[in-house]
Formats: sequence, structure tokens, C-alpha cells
Amino acid sequence: MDLIWLIPVLPGIGAALNGLLGIRYFSKPVAAAIACATMGGALLLSIFAFAQLLGAEHREHVVTLAHWIPPIPLQTVDGLGAFEAPWAFRLDPLSGMMILIVSGIGFLIHLYSSSYMDHEPRGGYVRFFCYLNLFCFFMLTLVLGSTFLVMFVGWEGVGLCSYLLIGFWYHKKSAADAGKKAFVVNRVGDFGFVLGVFLIFFTFGTIDFREVAEAASQMPVESAAFGVLSTICLLLFVGAVGKSAQIPLYVWLPDAMEGPTPVSALIHAATMVTAGVYMVGRNAVLFSHAPMVMTIVAVVGGVTALMAATIGLVQTDIKKVLAYSTVSQLGYMFLATGVGAFGAGAFHLMTHAFFKALLFLGSGSVIHAMNDEQDMQKMGNMKLYMPTTFITMFVGALAIAGVPGLSGFFSKDEILAKTFVASPWLWGLAVVTAGMTAFYMFRLIFMTFFGEYRGPKWGGDAEGQADGDHAAAADDHGHDGAHVWHGPHESPKLMTVPLMILAVGAAVAGYVGIPPIIGDFVGVGNAIEHFLEPSFVAESAALAEEGEHAVAHLSHVVEFGLMAFSVLIAGLGIALAYHLYVRRPKRAVELAENWAGAHRVLTNKYYVDEAYNSTVIKGTMGSARGLWAVDRNVVDGAVNGAGWLTRALSWVSHVLDKYVVDGLVNLAAWICAEGSYIFRRGQTGLIQNYAVATLFGVFACATAFLVVRFMG
Amino acid sequence: MEITPAHYTVLSAALFTIGVIGVLVRRNIIIIFMAIELMLNAVNINLVAHAQQVENLVGQVFVVFVIAVAAAEAAVGLGIILAFYRNKETVNIDEMNVMRW
Repeated sequence: MDLIWLIPVLPGIGAALNGLLGIRYFSKPVAAAIACATMGGALLLSIFAFAQLLGAEHREHVVTLAHWIPPIPLQTVDGLGAFEAPWAFRLDPLSGMMILIVSGIGFLIHLYSSSYMDHEPRGGYVRFFCYLNLFCFFMLTLVLGSTFLVMFVGWEGVGLCSYLLIGFWYHKKSAADAGKKAFVVNRVGDFGFVLGVFLIFFTFGTIDFREVAEAASQMPVESAAFGVLSTICLLLFVGAVGKSAQIPLYVWLPDAMEGPTPVSALIHAATMVTAGVYMVGRNAVLFSHAPMVMTIVAVVGGVTALMAATIGLVQTDIKKVLAYSTVSQLGYMFLATGVGAFGAGAFHLMTHAFFKALLFLGSGSVIHAMNDEQDMQKMGNMKLYMPTTFITMFVGALAIAGVPGLSGFFSKDEILAKTFVASPWLWGLAVVTAGMTAFYMFRLIFMTFFGEYRGPKWGGDAEGQADGDHAAAADDHGHDGAHVWHGPHESPKLMTVPLMILAVGAAVAGYVGIPPIIGDFVGVGNAIEHFLEPSFVAESAALAEEGEHAVAHLSHVVEFGLMAFSVLIAGLGIALAYHLYVRRPKRAVELAENWAGAHRVLTNKYYVDEAYNSTVIKGTMGSARGLWAVDRNVVDGAVNGAGWLTRALSWVSHVLDKYVVDGLVNLAAWICAEGSYIFRRGQTGLIQNYAVATLFGVFACATAFLVVRFMG
Repeated sequence: MEITPAHYTVLSAALFTIGVIGVLVRRNIIIIFMAIELMLNAVNINLVAHAQQVENLVGQVFVVFVIAVAAAEAAVGLGIILAFYRNKETVNIDEMNVMRW
């Protein structure tokens, strides 16, 4: 367990190798091998660490790698506190589960990508793997970090990587814009998170998770007043809302579909969006001391779940459906944490990671087979061409719809049961969402894999297998023509094997969290809930509240009734989808026409993007323009005025200098020159002139002598 | 007619005057040089004559000194003139103004 720091560092090394050397020198297989090997190493280490954690008595292990920020005295609420941040990693049940998810699913996605991205030129291919590795590096840092600051490093890092990967095809404007959107929207959330961390330090004088939890558990529960704990939780939740795509900051996630499909899988299943849920779970003690914020979390989660599900009902882009489904399922997770069922939220996070990765990779396989076509209206009857993809995706859809026996059933049912205890209204929302989820997932399955083939024609006849030698391929959407499309085909082994593994995971992952109603029959408890428990309570509180903590249990009859009802709803959703998209495809079109208004609102995603455009973006732009005008006229004006004044003054000074000061100096020189001219005339340099002068001098002397001698 | 010291004095004065005029009006430096020699010898005549008159040999001795100094002066002066001529190819005194400002 002392080597857990290697788990994030390994993919980091892979990213550094591929990024610094690979883009220039490595061939495609080498780059993919490095990326997959580092992820595989991280996965192995995670498994070892997890196994050791299961065996350990004390379910918590902190490894301090190095000092990062030495203690700095900073003001806190009780005088000066020492702000320090070590590079410390924490392995406990929650982060143990997370590293398994991140490295496991991340590894499968790496494998899948090595085949999926094969059409990329070498540089782009290597760059892609560098980003993927970097993404996993930051996500693992995020989940393993032992203080808020280390977590924040990962938090910002995944934001950066999502930007890089969503905008991977940066020459496409829509992709570059989507990347920017993801980054900017996340930034709003990050701001809240940072403020929350500031306030945590100010309140508790530490940023270590465990110490904060211990300190918070000593404080009274703020059920009546909105105190400092509630403020902290609200700020942290703003961060989680940004990262985990909840109302009102969910808008970046559907746009993130512009990235390559494995990226969507990585963002939606293993990394990034789960960070918000993880962070709320990590601070469960804080949140459970702020019931008002918990209510907000639950309501936001429930409403997001329902809203995203309704949008998902009418989308025709296969990836958009899955994107809204992710938003909706994340809403579920927040709903669970909001009603205090942190374990259920984390459990759903895990099962969701399996089936959502599976669904995304499956849709990638379909898109690959359809030559980069994403519109489900142009697919159909794909089960004929790609049976493996069909079966695995079918399993995934069953799991997410909550069909009994598969993973989604267990986790979703647990959330529903816990929600029912807290608030029947939210339970109603969640059940309706569950029905919609079943409907749109099977709509996706039926539109893609059943019915008539509606896609473009290719060389050879439409029903039979592709005849490769016919050049008249249906290359009708501007593929670069480097390869000719031979019709839909099953994906290579490197892509289908991860699908199969994930399908198995999606099917059986739920059995670690069997609900009590069934568990009591077969004599197994809810393993995962019990396992995760230590992560959600403060150590001292864990012992004290052992019996009290458990929420009022539902009677078995009610719980069974709820379970049956949700299964019924899911079954109805599936049946409706079957009816509308397999048996009577025309009926769906008629429905859309009869309810044109509602349909339009849903297709346009409630016009949320437009609303943001006309309020937030226009407002920001307008105020920016206003400030710019102020800047240009007032600030620049002052600067320019100062410049002009200086110039004027210097001109005056220049004139004075030139005519007065220089004039005096020149005058002195002129006087000297003119004066010396007179004397210069005598200095002819001719010796005879001097001799004459001498002679006259002699005569003068002699004359004077004679005059004095003889006349005087 | 007896030659009196007055004659010598007049001769000496005449020679000296010729020398002075020569120094002042001629442009050729060699002529000027010769004129200076003339002035020296005018003084010599004066000295010899008056030494005879007062019967004192000091005057005679002094003349020998003057001749010796004149010879030395001629040697140095001619050397300068020769060096100058090699540089400027002229002995005209009007062109000897390189030392002027």
C-alpha cells in the first residue's frame, strides 16, 4: 500500500513519454503500448492496494510522498494557523473503489482507443494517448489526494484534459468551441470549489480531509441556521455542479460529444464527471452537518435527472442521447447523496461507470462501423452486421434501465428506496426519470439495431455483406477518401473485447450491493455500503453513532412494493419504446407531429443554451465592451494626456535649452574665436617676419639707449 | 692711407647690414644661411680689429670660438635643410610652414 503514489504517477510517466518524445519519434503501436502498459500497471497496483485494504484492520492508509508547501502562517478564525500541504495520498474504501474504477475502465478505454483511433495520423494518435494518460493521471491524483489542495491539482488537471480531449480535433470549429465551453463552464464551478477550500482553511486551520472531518463532526448540525458549514458545503457543491454537469452548469457535457468517442466514455464513466460526486462523498461529514445544503443537493440532483432525461427522449444523435443520460444518472447520484445515502451514490457511481463506459464504447463501435455517422435515423438493423456490439450494448441498456438482476437495478433501487424515506416527492421525480431512462435507452437500441436499415448505400447490395472491390462506395459525408467504406461491419477484437469485459461488469457489478430485502433471503448483506461506511463518517462519530446513524428502515413490504413499482415503470418504458420504434415506427413520427411544440422544446434542449447566450454570455460580452470603452477613453485617455503633457513640457524645455543655454555657450565661444583672430594674424609662421620684428626691436632698444645716453 | 679701426668698423657694419638684409629679404634658405655666416664674419672682423687695437689676445681667441661654433651650426643647419628637402623637395622658406597652427 505504500506504493499507491505510483498509481497516478505511472500514467503520468506514460503521458510524459508520449508527449515529450512520442509525438516526434514513436510509431503508433509503440505509443499505444506505452499508454496501455502504464495504465495496466496502474490497474495492477490498484488491485493489489485494494486487496491489501480489504485485508487490513485499519481501513485507512496515508502515504506522504514529499513536502509541497512548507507551513506558512495564515490567518484563520482562531488566530494564526499553519497552512501546509504535503504530497499525500490517502487510500480508504472510497478512494480504493475509485482507483479501481478509474484505472480499470481507463485501461479498457485505452485498449479500445488503440484500435478506434487507428485512422488518425501518427502525430494525432500519439497526442491522443498522451492526453488520455494525462487525464487518468490527474483523475487518480484527484481521488487519491489526501488534502483539498492535492485534490484540487487533479481537479484542475481533469478540467484541462477535458479541454484538450474535447477539442482534440481542433481544426473543427465546433470541437474547439466545445472544448472552450467545457473549460469555461468548469471554471465557474472551480471558483466555488476554491472559495470553499479557502473557507475550510479559515474555519478549521487545516486542509487535510480527515482532520477537517474530525473537526466538523465536533460542530453542531446546522439544521436551523445557515452557518459556516452550510456556506462551505454550498461552495463545494458549486464546484461539484460544474464538474459533474448538474443544473445550471450541465451545458458543457452534451457539447463534449465533439471529442472522439473513447474520450466521451472516459469523461462520462471513469473520470471527470464522477469527480463531483466523489468530492461530495469525500466530504460526507461536512455535508451531513448542513442539512439545508443537502436539500439543495437532492433537489438539484432530482431536477437535473428529470430534465436531462426528458431531453434525452427526443435526441437523434446516438452520443447526445448517452450524454443526457449521463447528466441524468449523475443527477441520481446527487439525489442519493442529497438524501444522505452517500453509499448508494457511490454505488451507483460504480455501476454507472461500467454500463456507461460500455454504452459509449458500443456507440463508438457503431459510429466506427457506420463510417463516422452519429445520427440514429440513418442506422437501423445493425444487429445483423455487428452482433457482438449489439449484445454487449443490449446488456448495458438493460443495466441502465434497471432490469432486475443487472447492476443498474441494484444501485438505482437503493437510491429510490433511500429517497422515498427522505421525500416522496423526490422519489416521484426519480421514478418518472427511471421510466424515461428505460424508454430512451431502448429507443436508442431499437433505432440503432432493429428495424429497417436506413443508412447510406455502399458498394454491393444493401442487405448482403460488403463487396470491397466496388469503388462506388457511399462515401457521402466527406471522409477524406483514404479508405473506402464497405458498409457496416463488426469492429476489430481490440474494440470488442473491452466491450465484452464491460458487459460482464455491467451485469454483475451490482451484486456487491444487494439490498436488504433480497439480501436477507439469501443471507448476504449489502457489502459495498458496509465497506464504504468508514469513508463517510468521522472516526470518533463512527463509534458513537453506530446504531443511531442508520436511517429509519423501511418495512420489507414497502421496500418490495417500491422495487416492484420501479421495475414496472422500467418495463413500461421498454415496452413503450418497443411499441413506438419497432412495431409501429410511424406512430413515433405522428406523436412528434401531434405534440410539435413540446417536441421542439425538447429537441432544442429547453433553449437553455440560447438562454445562456442571451443572458450570461451577452451580458458578459456587453459589460466587457463597456469596460473596454472605459478603458479606451478614460484610462487610455489619461495615459495619452499625460504623454501629451510631457511632450509639450519637453518642447518648451527644448526651446529654452536650444536658444538660451546653448546661446550663452555659443556666445562665449564666438567671443573667444573672434578675439583670437586679431592675435592670430601675427603668427604667420614665417621666420623672416619674426626676424624683422626682432630687428625693429633691436633698433628700438638701440635708439632708446642712444637717446638716453646722449640726449639725457 | 693708414687703415684705422674706423675702417674696420665701417667694413664690419657694412658686412653685417648686408647679412641682415640678406636674412630678411631672401627666400632661399641656403642664401639666408650664407647671410647669417656673413653676419658672423662681420662680427669676427670687428673683434679681430679691436683686439689688435687694444693689444689684448682675448679678442683673437674669441674669434676662433666663433668660427668653430659657426662650423658646427652650419653642419646642423645644412643637415636639417637636407632632411627637409628630401621630404618637401623645396628650400623655399615661405613653404616651410608645417609647424604653424
